[in-house]
Order: sequence, then structure tokens, then C-alpha cells
Amino acid sequence: MELTGAEIVVRCLQEEQVEYVFGYPGGAVLFIYDELFKQDKVKHVLVRHEQGAVHAADGYARSSEKVGVALVTSGPGLTNAVTGIATAYMDSIPMVVISGQVPTSVIGEDAFQEVDAVGITRPCVKHNFLVKDPGDIASTIKKAFYLARTGRPGPVLVDIPKDVSNQKAIFEYPTEVSIRSYSTPGKGDSTAIRHAAQMLLEAKRPVVYAGGGVILSNAATELTALVKLLGLPCTNTLMGLGGYPGTDELSLGMLGMHGTYEANMAMQHCDVLLAIGARFDDRVIGNVDHFAQVPRKIIHLDIDPSSIAKRVKVDLPIVGDVKLVLAELLDVLRSSKQKPDATVLADWWREIEGWRTRGGRLAYRNSDEIIKPQYVIEKLYEITGGDAIITSDVGQHQMWAAQYYKFDKPRRWINSGGLGTMGFGLPAAMGAQLINPDATVACVTGEGSIQMNIQELSTCKQFRLPIKVVALNNRYLGMVRQWQEFFHGNRYSESYMDALPDFVKLAEAYGHIGMRIDKPSDVEPALREAFARKDDLVFMDFRTDSTENVFPMVPGGKGLSEVILSEDL
Amino acid sequence: MRHIISLLMVNEAGALSRVAGLFSARGYNIESLTVAPTEDLTLSRMTIVTSGSDAVIEQINKQLNKLVDVIAVLDLSEGDHLERELMLIKLKAEGEDREELKRMADIFRGRIIDVSGTSYTVELTGSRAKLDNFIAAISSDLILETVRTGASGIGRGERILKI
Repeated sequence: MELTGAEIVVRCLQEEQVEYVFGYPGGAVLFIYDELFKQDKVKHVLVRHEQGAVHAADGYARSSEKVGVALVTSGPGLTNAVTGIATAYMDSIPMVVISGQVPTSVIGEDAFQEVDAVGITRPCVKHNFLVKDPGDIASTIKKAFYLARTGRPGPVLVDIPKDVSNQKAIFEYPTEVSIRSYSTPGKGDSTAIRHAAQMLLEAKRPVVYAGGGVILSNAATELTALVKLLGLPCTNTLMGLGGYPGTDELSLGMLGMHGTYEANMAMQHCDVLLAIGARFDDRVIGNVDHFAQVPRKIIHLDIDPSSIAKRVKVDLPIVGDVKLVLAELLDVLRSSKQKPDATVLADWWREIEGWRTRGGRLAYRNSDEIIKPQYVIEKLYEITGGDAIITSDVGQHQMWAAQYYKFDKPRRWINSGGLGTMGFGLPAAMGAQLINPDATVACVTGEGSIQMNIQELSTCKQFRLPIKVVALNNRYLGMVRQWQEFFHGNRYSESYMDALPDFVKLAEAYGHIGMRIDKPSDVEPALREAFARKDDLVFMDFRTDSTENVFPMVPGGKGLSEVILSEDL
Repeated sequence: MRHIISLLMVNEAGALSRVAGLFSARGYNIESLTVAPTEDLTLSRMTIVTSGSDAVIEQINKQLNKLVDVIAVLDLSEGDHLERELMLIKLKAEGEDREELKRMADIFRGRIIDVSGTSYTVELTGSRAKLDNFIAAISSDLILETVRTGASGIGRGERILKI
């Protein structure tokens, strides 16, 4: 059957069972938009800025197990999308971005709204394509979805020139994909897995360090079973929160720059470290030389060989799908007659308990006069029963949300961990709410971050998305302010947010409900009222203590045990 | 340490820039890079000469393998291999220099492939060191122009990179 390129694009999306496409029309994608108009299987969500489209597709992917899809026009449409694409790339989020391109006849002539999309996105996509023949659209889109969701997932861009979307070709959606230069790791090496089991059984001070790979691989069940089977201390990265239940006693909470004292000390003092779907990045292990001073054995399990031995020396690498490897590791351990030495492990746990006491867990001094941001998150946790989908922006509020909201389930915590993109939270919440219409979705944000994609409040109105925006408004770019206080002699260069809008009026202007909360005693009633409004977006402007800092803190370039606790200051 | 890495990749627009972009984005060193299609025109064979610590070279290999367009990667310097580089060098050849330069080209088994009243162009193939030695043996004021391809490498004997 002969169809136009644009018809083929839409048919491909239908074949991939895409429910929502997040996008923004423009000249180069008009034929595709025309075809979207003529059908109702694939629903289009009109954002107000292309960055919002990509973040929304990202939130959609993270909160489900699906591939997010965004559609943008050429030139500025594509460049606006780049931040979103890079965000997804850094966190390995499966996504297909379709961009329009100027007609093939004028490519390279600096045509109106022309930009080298493939060139600009090359360093921040898993792969990208420029389709020059309508006959190649179907196979390319099939490949794009396949690449996006298999192996280490990531965003894939398909750039389609306008004339290609208007020319006709035979449409047949391929049932299979073969890319001769691409293979995906499946099961891990069985010998290595048996060796890992032995190392864990004989470990005196073991720690499990689990990252976003556990979430992406849907391996939370296997991880939880493994940790509980051996009684291992387990810490999760910012990306891995919810991979192991945060309220469980074996959980040490988050590690890293703003991780718990016990998690960081356990990382530094363990003798066997099982790293799962995590990549030892600078915000997690701090100073790499300091980290390497301790002669611990490292078992590293990851689907991407290039993540292994990138920053730290690894004693036992296991390349494979985290879920499959953990399942096999569990089988080996369950059938083993050997059990971990309970006495030795008890000693290790006693040491960890000591750190828990010293670190005061996650402590802050509450106040009757001024709202403490941590208190807002604690109340948010209580009122949502710990079961909401929480998206966040980037900064202090993100760290407090990660610390104080105890995620027990995967895909509930959605934040830009790798790229650290301010403006991510609200559009990500839109994607999450659309694919989880019955879930409670809240966006924890700051007055700085929210303004980076505030225009999406309009999208939320159009699509009736009852997101709860929890803005911790301290009138500062809080994390910048904190670093300036600690490391730049209290010189608060450009971190004060002057001339803030009246967020209540702003929310109302967009057709939503706005609330301003100034007193600690009003925090809980306000949250209760807001979350009781099931059908409305409520923007809560919490006026919080502008001097509050995030603790613990491992300063940049320092080792995990060189931590600043709140009482040190 | 110097490494010579061979790779097979799909012969498609953009594949070269993915490799070059990877090296620049991650701060890896490229001493030379050569690429051309193989006997199977859907494939290109690339030889990259690079240097770095063992950890860096391991990352380079892994990162290259991760590129969707790259089919196979072989670090030739891990085993027996041959490498050759081609140089075209234009020399100022006047008066008594003409005879001397002709002799020098012969000693290095170069071929004079173009002659004018005032110049010779010599084609020379060999290891990087041989080409360097030839340049060192010629008085620098006689060298008008040099063009070098960078090394192409292949494994010895049964060491074959093919799919």
C-alpha cells in the first residue's frame, strides 16, 4: 500500500502502540501534523515549549515502562528539544524524538529554520538518523524504538525532511529488527555470577550499591530478594531510589554528596561492594582517589561494559541485564549450602548503627516560626501515604525530596539526576500524570526551577492534569547560595531571586488554584486541602527558610568520609 | 602508550563523525585516523592511532564498541601486526641536489612519481619511523610540502578483523 511519508510516520507510531506524542507543530512537520489530525489512536499533547515536550515524554517513560515520544519541528524546534534529549541521555531513558527537517533540496543551504539536527544531537543520543527516502521511514522508526528500549536505553532521534514526509512509498511495518552492528547483553557470565555469590557469602563488611539500572531493568523485586536473603546493607543512588524499599531497615538510604552518613561511611569501609546498574559518578563517590584508598573488592554488574572500570578499578565485572543477572545470582545463593556468617555480619551492622547515631540520620531543627523545607517534604510524604509519583526539579528541593520522601517502589521518583536540568519537574509530571491517570502526581520544585518551564501550566490546563506543585520558595537559588556560603565567602553572587512573581496570581492566571503558605502550622492543612482537590492543579507556594542548607554534604572533590554534618557548622 | 586500533563500521554518512566526535567529546587523543570502504562496500575500515593509559585505552575500545555504527573493534597493538603509512613529499631539486635526492629516495625505497625542472615528488611507504627518518635525512630547506596518510594497520597471519 502506498502512503505518504507523513502517513507512514503516524502508522508507525500506531504500530508501536504509542498513546501520547508530546510535541509542537511547525513548518517542517506540517504534513505529519496533518496526518495526526486525521486519526485518533495516537493522541497529541500540545506543549508550550519543545523542551517541555521532551521532558514530558521523559516523565512518561520513567513512570511507565514505555518509550516516550516527542515530535518537534526543524531549527529552533529541534534546538529547544536538545536539553530534554541530553537529560534523557544522561539518565538512559528510552525515547524517540521525531524532528522535521527542511526539504532535502535545500539541506546545507542555510534554509529557513534549518539546523544540522543529526550533528547537534550526536553527542547526546544513543543513535540518530536522517531519513532521505520515504521508503526508509518505517524501518528507521522501527529501529529507533528498538534501539531506544533495548540494551542500555536512551533517546534516539529521527530527522525527517519535509519533502520526504510528503512523498509516497510502500508501507510495511517490519516485524523484526536486525542491526548487524548492535547487540544487547542478556544473561551474565555464569562463572562470574557464581564467583560473585561466593564473594558475597564470605564478605565481612558487604554493601549493595544500587543505581538507576535497577529501575530501568525492572529489577526491584530481584534486588529486594537478594538484599533480604543475605541481610545486606543496601544504599540507593539518586537515580535508584525506590529500587529497594526506602523504609526497610536494611536500607541505608541514598548515598553520595547529600547521602546519609551511614551510607557513605559504609561505602568507604566495606570489604565487598556489589554495584548494580550504577556508575560510580562524581556526585556518588566524591574524590575517586580517596575512594580508591580502601582495598575493597568491587563486583560491578551493568548492562553497559563502558560503565565498568570507567572511574574505579573493578575486581569482578559482570556485563548483563541487571534483572537476569540478579535472578541467576539469587538462584545460586538459594541453592548454596553456605550462609553468610551471622556473627560477622552483626558486627558490621553494629558499626553501621554507630554511624547512624553519629550522623543523626537525616536531622534538621524544626521551627514554629519559619517553614523548614524538610518539614514540607515530611508532611508531603505523610499526606500522600508515601505512594505518590514525585517529580522534581534541580537544587536543594531535589535533595530534600530525595532524602525525606521514602520511596518504597520503583518509578515513583522522577528527577534529572545526570544532567541536572532545572525546568524538568513540571513537564515530567505531565507525562507521568497522563500515563498514570489515577496516580497522585506531585512536582517538588523551587521558585528558580519552576520558572524555567512555567509555561507548561497552560498545557496542564488544556489537558486537565491535576498535578500538585509543591514549590519550596526560599527566594534564592538555594544550592548556588549554599555553595557560595560554604566555598565563596558568603558572596551571594546573582543567587537572590529578586522580583519574583506572585505565584498564586500566576497559577490563577493559568486557570489553576494557587496557595501561599507562610506559617509552619499551615503546612499540613494546606497540603491536605490541595491533595483533596483530585481534579485540580494546585500550586503551593511555600515560603521556606532561605538560610537552610542541605546536609549531610560531601564537598566537591572530597572523599565520602570527609562529610559535613549539620552540627559541624 | 601508543595504540593502533582497527575498526569495521557501516559505510554510512555520519559514521566517521560519530567516531571523531567520540574522541573529541571524551578528550581522547587522535594521532592519526584513516578510513576507506572495504571490499564489501557497505563497510568501512578505519585505523586510529591513539595513546593513553591502559584504562583510557580500555574505555576507548568500549566506547567505540558502543557506537551503533561500529561493528568490530580490534586493538592491533595487543598482538602481532603490520602498519604502513604513505607519504608524498615534494622536494626542491635543483643543481647537484637532484642527484643526491634521487639517491636518497632509492636508499629509502621511495619512488619519484613527479618531476619538474625544480622539484621531485617522492612516494614513500613504511612505518612512521621510516618516514620520519627520511624527513630527518633531507635538509629541511629542500622540503616544499609533505602529505602523510597516517598509519593503516592489519594483523599478522591468522589475526583477521572481518565479519
